[in-house]
Amino acid sequence: MSAQLIVLGALLCFASALVSLVVPRRTQVLTAVIQVSGGIIGLAGCIAGFRGAGAALRLPWQVPMGVAAVRVDALSAFFAAPVFLLGVLGAVYAERYWPSSKPRAAYVRCFFGIATGALSLVLVAANTLFFVALWEIVALACFFLVGTDTADADARGAAWLYLAASHIATLTLFGLVTLLHSATGTWSFVPLSRAVASSDTGSALFWLAIVAFGIKAGMMPFHVWLPAAHAAAPTHVSAVMSGVVIKMGIYGLVRVLSLYPAVPDWMGGTVLTLGIISSILGVAFALAQHDLKRLLAYHSIENIGIILAGLGVGYIARGHGLVMIAMLGFAGGLLHVWNHGLFKALLFFGAGSAIHATHTREIDRMGGLARRMPMVAAGFLTGAVAISGLPPLNGFVSEWLIYVAGFKAVVGPMRGGWAWLLLLAVVPALALTGALALACFVKAFGAVFLGNPRTREAAEAGQAPASMRLAMVPLVLACVAIGVVPVALAPLLSRIVAIASGVSMSLVTTLAPLQRIAAPMAFVLAITVSALVIRLRRAPRTVTWDCGYARPTARMQYSSSSTARTLVAFFAWVMPPSVHAPGQLPLFPAEAALSTHMPDTVLDRGLLPALRRLQRIAGIAHYIQSGRVQLYLVYLGVTLLALLVWSLR
Amino acid sequence: MTAILNLAIVLAAAPLLIGVINKTKALMAGRVGPPLVQTYYDLAKLFRKGTVLSSTTTWVFLAGPAVSFVVALFAALLLPLAGTAPLAFPGDMILFVYVFALARFFTTAAAMDTGSAFEGMGAARELTFASLAEPALFFGFLALARVSHSLELSSVLAVSGTAWRSSTAALVLIVASWFIVLLAENSRVPFDDPNTHLELTMIHEVMVLDHSGPPFGLVLYASAMKLFVFAALVAHVIVPRFAHPLTNVAATLGAVFAIGVLVGLVESVMARLRLVRVPQLLITASLVSAFAVVLVLR
Amino acid sequence: MHAADTILIVLLLANFFILGTANLRASIRVVAMQGVLLAILPLFVETKATPRLMLVVGATAAIKGALIPGLLLKAIRDVHIRHEVEPYLGFIPSLFLCAIGTGFALLFADQLPLAPADHGSLFVPAAFATVLAGFLVSTTRRKAISQVTGYLMLENGVYVFGLLLYESMAVEVGVLLDLLVGIFVMGIVLNHIQREFSSLDTERLSRLRD
Repeated sequence: MSAQLIVLGALLCFASALVSLVVPRRTQVLTAVIQVSGGIIGLAGCIAGFRGAGAALRLPWQVPMGVAAVRVDALSAFFAAPVFLLGVLGAVYAERYWPSSKPRAAYVRCFFGIATGALSLVLVAANTLFFVALWEIVALACFFLVGTDTADADARGAAWLYLAASHIATLTLFGLVTLLHSATGTWSFVPLSRAVASSDTGSALFWLAIVAFGIKAGMMPFHVWLPAAHAAAPTHVSAVMSGVVIKMGIYGLVRVLSLYPAVPDWMGGTVLTLGIISSILGVAFALAQHDLKRLLAYHSIENIGIILAGLGVGYIARGHGLVMIAMLGFAGGLLHVWNHGLFKALLFFGAGSAIHATHTREIDRMGGLARRMPMVAAGFLTGAVAISGLPPLNGFVSEWLIYVAGFKAVVGPMRGGWAWLLLLAVVPALALTGALALACFVKAFGAVFLGNPRTREAAEAGQAPASMRLAMVPLVLACVAIGVVPVALAPLLSRIVAIASGVSMSLVTTLAPLQRIAAPMAFVLAITVSALVIRLRRAPRTVTWDCGYARPTARMQYSSSSTARTLVAFFAWVMPPSVHAPGQLPLFPAEAALSTHMPDTVLDRGLLPALRRLQRIAGIAHYIQSGRVQLYLVYLGVTLLALLVWSLR
Repeated sequence: MTAILNLAIVLAAAPLLIGVINKTKALMAGRVGPPLVQTYYDLAKLFRKGTVLSSTTTWVFLAGPAVSFVVALFAALLLPLAGTAPLAFPGDMILFVYVFALARFFTTAAAMDTGSAFEGMGAARELTFASLAEPALFFGFLALARVSHSLELSSVLAVSGTAWRSSTAALVLIVASWFIVLLAENSRVPFDDPNTHLELTMIHEVMVLDHSGPPFGLVLYASAMKLFVFAALVAHVIVPRFAHPLTNVAATLGAVFAIGVLVGLVESVMARLRLVRVPQLLITASLVSAFAVVLVLR
Repeated sequence: MHAADTILIVLLLANFFILGTANLRASIRVVAMQGVLLAILPLFVETKATPRLMLVVGATAAIKGALIPGLLLKAIRDVHIRHEVEPYLGFIPSLFLCAIGTGFALLFADQLPLAPADHGSLFVPAAFATVLAGFLVSTTRRKAISQVTGYLMLENGVYVFGLLLYESMAVEVGVLLDLLVGIFVMGIVLNHIQREFSSLDTERLSRLRD
């Protein structure tokens, strides 16, 4: 039943894509209706799939050499549920964010439908070739979506970068699938034998998986495409891309590693290390951004790092027989997949409303938007509190599970080795990441929504349209619900961890105390704040204390770069900023300009210069190509003559 | 039952702790100083006053004091003041640190809500220094968890005499680094001077510049309670766990006030650090507690 | 053999002529003559005159002697060019090269692994020399029409090689078809070059490179 519903949901998404192309402008809302119904049906299928009965389905359509086989187990349903949810909410959001009157609205809806439909099918594909074909469809649809605004050179560049990175991932994925076929003999995800898993083939499969799925997930150092792509795409598309498309990489990694009967320490250690690096450096880069969507994109990298750290903890612990620690690590990492999808989409929707109102992505051109759009600000605040991992919201639950795993590792008997030390390292790494994320989001929320508006557009911003606000509501409720009632998810988490790793324990007793505390805490907090606000709503108002400055301006407020300056300077060894400062200032006051920008170290200071040097070296071969037919004929003749002489020897 | 006891102790004793610190500083400076119960008078005065709000601010501005007050009370419920904490559970140490992070989020957001450069500056500094102080706390918890083989704050902080004898060096290091964290998180010298009102040198004080009346009273009360909770955290590591709950309370309170005196002494003897030195000191604290972890693991 | 050898000598001389002339119409006509000569060559080589042989001979003569030269002359007339401009390699040096090439072909043809019956005959050296001459024309002339002429000479040389396998005429027929298709394609290409660059000078084509 679940498989049929999910496939039907995906097909409805595809149908909405087709409909958007043929239907006239006035009835474009039909597209949204079909997309929403597809999403709801698919979501119902996923919820049915949570029960765990692995439903299978064979679609009557031949992929070359493969079979369109679909298999829904709890893990696939778990990953597919956010896809459908965000498909629904994205369609509702796009109704007013990119209305039919705006150019290319049909284009955006079409590719959105294709992307969501293909993505949900990727997550339930049982045949590896089917998997790769759908993967490529998702990548292409996202490429088209990223490059929607063809007039913007940055968007075009971001789209090409995305395409290049995606294709490297697809190529590696082909290698992975082919190697898997030669190792297991079938084009399905079947478990590897112990001999194969511990041989070189097993190692090669792991590295291919890391590269292919790491590029897709935006893990460092393969993340180079992510900031530009997520910043350039339309906001509801960025929400879907950050929320669920990058989780496709995590799903692939989990699926491939679930085929190993035993994951050796070095594999788990690699995942864990890459996760820690991604999380710390991701948040460090995010601190330095002043483009709101780029900031959110770097936070996606950070959260992928947290997910990988949790998974790494799980794999290492399982390898040493530490079952509870493994369970906690896996559960934390996998729950964070949902949590991140929810609060990142919430943040993107909020950011989109702000950007829609002020027509800019620069944080330092916004300000004071909480008074103009209070509901959006409240939603963004919820997302910000959630992403910083603060109780009583959902971000805290998943990070707490990973913390407890780390603490349990230190309390338990010392099982020795560098792997165990890595398990301990998770705790301070997560602490640093959490604190930095908090700093970054106070900066973002404060600079965008609080304080005084810095430009005229910000001062005159209107309230966001109803559908855009409506789309945020289910996400807020979900964040609060998962934070306040985490025990409800414990059985589902046990089931998916069992599929991913064979480890199965109940988390009910672990999560129960959190649940007992979170609800009252949330309640008390809400009551106290409301009481204070209501009590003082008639308090007299005056200007902010300004130390006697005669004319303070809104530009004197702390901007995004100033708030984060010290922390960014801390990380200058890995991310040197590019600063355009005025030189020697003249004696008398004159106009001067200062701008700072944080280029992505891996991309702008590593990859691109290396490629340019390679291009220059390769240009030496240019001389061979003269453009003259006669010269080419001489090449031919000389070669033939040489061959003749050589064959006569 | 223990919950009410914990709350009562914290609510009652926290302002007294501030009084002890101020009295110590005054005596060290050769003055008589304010009475020990001065903070109670201040709070009473503030709660009676009217409030003036800035026209730039939103509800977030008032959420700051409210959340920090509730969080401080909540953290008190996690502490084993009378032997066992009312809300103890495995993994509550993490909740302990993170509720203070929640308070920090709202305090700094409230500061940025005023749209003033001063509060923004204070918020920026607070965010930076707290990010560096958190790992020190966590390293300390890691070491204590290993020593006590438990994940509950109540058991972790019940450091017995045998534990002291076997891991003296590590525990001393933890106490030292946690004392530094206490000074940092509560804006004491050498990180911030609670007496200065020069905006350019303040961290915590400048963030609450625009609060007045009852919200300011809540801010004051919350910071006193936070100081009490952190001092109690350090006190629990030093003082052994007694069988009788009231003895425990008495011993802990005694240690807390002793720590208060120590804070007063430090404040009298040291000057505030240059701001560039603050991260270095915090990283030193983190390294010290990391070293403690290494010692405990051997 | 006598008549065949005479024809082959005339073939070799025609090579020299084409290499030495700057007159495009003359070179086309001489290539056409080469073609016709080669078309009737099988009559002197084959022992039996089957109808099939007569058909191939006739078709080859018609195509090589009339159709293709006709197309090329029409192409030249449409673009109004008469003379080859200064080639990359001067006329005297290219004649010299052709002479050296023919000499080498004559001297070293026997080094090739051929059937014993073919040793000592003129076929292989003539073929080689014609191929070389065609190659020289393609490589050293600037006008696009000269590329076609060189191609035709190349095909003539291959045709002579094919005659060595005179059991079946398959090679000849194959070469003929090849030639036909090639000429058509070249005609279209020449047209496009002329339209794009308003000239058939291949120098302009080098603008198309990357």
